[in-house]
Amino acid sequence: MKIIVCIKQVPDAKDVRLDPKTNTLAREGVQSIMNPYDQHAVEEAVRLKELLGGEVTVLSMGPPQAEEVLRQAISCGADHAVLVSDRAFAGADTWATSYTLAKAVNVIGPFDLLLCGKQAIDGDTAQVGPGLAMRLQIPYVTCVQKVRQATETGLILERMMDDGYDVLAVDFPALLTVVKDINEPRVPSLKGKMRAKKVEIRRLSAADIGADPACIGLPGSPTQVVKVFPPEARCKRAVFTGSLDEQIVQLVDSLQSYL
Amino acid sequence: MDYFLSEEQTMIAEIARQITDERIIPNRAELDEKDEFPRAILNEMAQADLFGIPIPEEFGGFGGGCLDIVLALEQLGRGCIGVGTAFAASSLGIYPILIAGSQEMREKYLPDVAAGRKFAGFGLTEANAGSDASGIQTTAVLDGDEWVLNGTKQWITNGGEAQIYTVVAITDRSRGARGASMLVVEEGDPGFSCGPKEKKMGIRASSTTELIFKDCRIPKDRLIGRKGTGFITVMKTLDSSRPGIAALGLGLAQGALDEAASYAKQRVQFGKPIMAFQAVQHMLADMAIQLEAARALVYGAARHIDAHPNNMSKVSSMCKVFATDMAMKVATDAVQVMGGYGYMREYPVEKMMRDAKILQIYEGTNQIQRNVVGQELNKEYARA
Repeated sequence: MKIIVCIKQVPDAKDVRLDPKTNTLAREGVQSIMNPYDQHAVEEAVRLKELLGGEVTVLSMGPPQAEEVLRQAISCGADHAVLVSDRAFAGADTWATSYTLAKAVNVIGPFDLLLCGKQAIDGDTAQVGPGLAMRLQIPYVTCVQKVRQATETGLILERMMDDGYDVLAVDFPALLTVVKDINEPRVPSLKGKMRAKKVEIRRLSAADIGADPACIGLPGSPTQVVKVFPPEARCKRAVFTGSLDEQIVQLVDSLQSYL
Repeated sequence: MDYFLSEEQTMIAEIARQITDERIIPNRAELDEKDEFPRAILNEMAQADLFGIPIPEEFGGFGGGCLDIVLALEQLGRGCIGVGTAFAASSLGIYPILIAGSQEMREKYLPDVAAGRKFAGFGLTEANAGSDASGIQTTAVLDGDEWVLNGTKQWITNGGEAQIYTVVAITDRSRGARGASMLVVEEGDPGFSCGPKEKKMGIRASSTTELIFKDCRIPKDRLIGRKGTGFITVMKTLDSSRPGIAALGLGLAQGALDEAASYAKQRVQFGKPIMAFQAVQHMLADMAIQLEAARALVYGAARHIDAHPNNMSKVSSMCKVFATDMAMKVATDAVQVMGGYGYMREYPVEKMMRDAKILQIYEGTNQIQRNVVGQELNKEYARA
């Protein structure tokens, strides 16, 4: 079976700061990682491939350095990588992004399953997965916490809900977005890392995917971010790090000063 | 310090580091407390191809050298040398096959071990044969097309968990050291069983048991190499594996230094972090100096072994002694820096100190290693 996984490079949430002047995310000096939910999507795709055979293609829209997360996915078992990259894509909102990814998916070719993380930890919209499914006119299931059964023709899934879960059956082709409970992503393998170093990443530009210039990047984005601001700090806060035991010691130490 | 590692070596260290940070460190206290074999972590290492490092590419491995395995074990040792020992013992168990096994034997056993589908163990020690391997009493007698083994091996790492064991047995007592041979015993062979798990001071995640042979019958072709070459194979095996034990020492010491230094930054006494006191600073400095000196020796020895595989005994023993004595010292000092907290089970250095001790004992005690170095010196200076 053919699986495509959409992944995104995001700033590591541990380091996120806002630029006080522009109120946008300050990305300089902030380490980039693969969106954590997407790591689970890659893992699930690789597991399905190991179960049913086939191949996994990872797809990302982003600047050239987004190649890093594509290579990371290859090191964890994906077979092919496609980077959709063009200056014209800059400033895309979820509407323009889902348009662009849909165009790219059509260039990649037929597929059985599309996987996405539930949401990206930078924008937190959770819109691109469902948006992409709508553009491709395929069914989608969000917040999948478990694949109960997988066959050549479809899946039986658990969808996480506030008060439990739904059990759903879906036929291919379909799109899923996954939550972290679905699996534990593997550590990359040595052979995977060596392949990732050498693998050729297919680059697609706006022209390559036949994108309408009016539908991509800032011109194609109806959403405008008027203002971004950090919520006002309500009181003195401290974040403890280290192992649970160490954090407990730190917590007790800091509480003792109030006694 | 920059040791000018290759890109592949850096990858090996990165993978082992990630497994250590994400899988071993969060679980090590529980594995220790429960004497639990780290099956899930070893499966993760298998998936990441770490078991294939010392195995040639034609058998599904990575075809790595001594430094490659050292880099992996150093990282694993930083998390838990109990887990590291379980991993290392599987390599130890197949070294005799790598060193002296026939092509058919290599094809039969190495791919499964490279993929981590099967684990291996190495059976040398007996109740009356530790440092003096000539005291071995286990026998193997050829009866038609089968070897019949009798005897008991003691303190065998991965006992009861491995599927493949390479075992030393006497095949001709009249020939002394030339009367020992190595054979492969498989889990399930008739007459072969493992004793209960031993209760140990440290490395409690690793399994240690007896291997018991009672008229254990195995096919004739399980003989590794030629009859009577067992001791030579054992010596070559241990020469190859000792730098790995040294590497576990490096990792353990690094872990202990990391804990002690970050504690010293944070622990306030007399109104200052104790790192500010020279008494503590000098202890930490000595720990760091000894660790770096040991690392330079171990990496240097590993590179020497990779370049000169026929001349490795002395450097292999040197690096094992130095790095493991260092690890014991650094772990003990880490407990001292952390005082009462260091002695408590809540903090990892207590376990590190318990674990470190075995490094000076197994794979040839550090006294035996000094014998090896001394004997080599004796030979070198006789020529001069």
